[in-house]
Amino acid sequence: MQLINEMKLEFMSKSNNEAFGRIVAAAFASQLDPTVEELADIKTAVSEAVTNAIIHGYENNSGMVRMVCRLYDDGIEIVISDEGKGIEDVELARQPLYTSKPDMERSGMGFTVMESFMDRVDIVSEPDKGTTVTLFKNIKS
Amino acid sequence: MDVKLLRKGTTLVIRIMEDMDHHSAQYLRQKIDSEIIKSTVKNIIFDFSKVNFMDSSGIGIVVGRYKNIQKLNGRAAIVNANPKLMQIFEMSGVLKIIPAYADLEDALTSMCG
Repeated sequence: MQLINEMKLEFMSKSNNEAFGRIVAAAFASQLDPTVEELADIKTAVSEAVTNAIIHGYENNSGMVRMVCRLYDDGIEIVISDEGKGIEDVELARQPLYTSKPDMERSGMGFTVMESFMDRVDIVSEPDKGTTVTLFKNIKS
Repeated sequence: MDVKLLRKGTTLVIRIMEDMDHHSAQYLRQKIDSEIIKSTVKNIIFDFSKVNFMDSSGIGIVVGRYKNIQKLNGRAAIVNANPKLMQIFEMSGVLKIIPAYADLEDALTSMCG
């Protein structure tokens, strides 16, 4: 697993940055010559992680969302982190259909989508400190 | 041109014209709900032919509208969803409560015929 390229980005926790974040990640990933389907998977997973940072991490407060993308010879790693309120029970949050915000019509499928579309999803979170989600997708170049 | 609403009798066809994520969700919800409330809509059909991207926020929009019309014995359907969208609907269990059809004619025939 050899590092080929790396980029770092920070943006405000505004909902119009959900599309910005996923498009940037997909544009960077395209250097590995992924299939159209692999790119769609990456965009969807990044959109879920960035949305979580905005609506759960920072709720209605303003903060910065950080995204680091690393290209390796066998795939892409995307690290999305916030310094928001954190997740008390990560295992519970990972459960399909579990949502802490049912009133907002949140489906509770965010982590399930990330796990289905990526090959690895790691979540590190600490209440009142923030959450870091690391996504990895194998891409055969 | 973010959503086109077309009436076919008592069925409302909702053709979404943009990416469906948390950012677009609130606008889409308001636009669709105001049409459902003001007119005699019984059934709804979500037409995804112009949607290239959707994350799990889209599930909330679809299921939320389904719950509203179901209270009035209405039905809902999904048409023209690309394979990636279908994968998201499938994994979230949406297809168990809202059927998907290959095209609009199939859905209209099945719901109204």
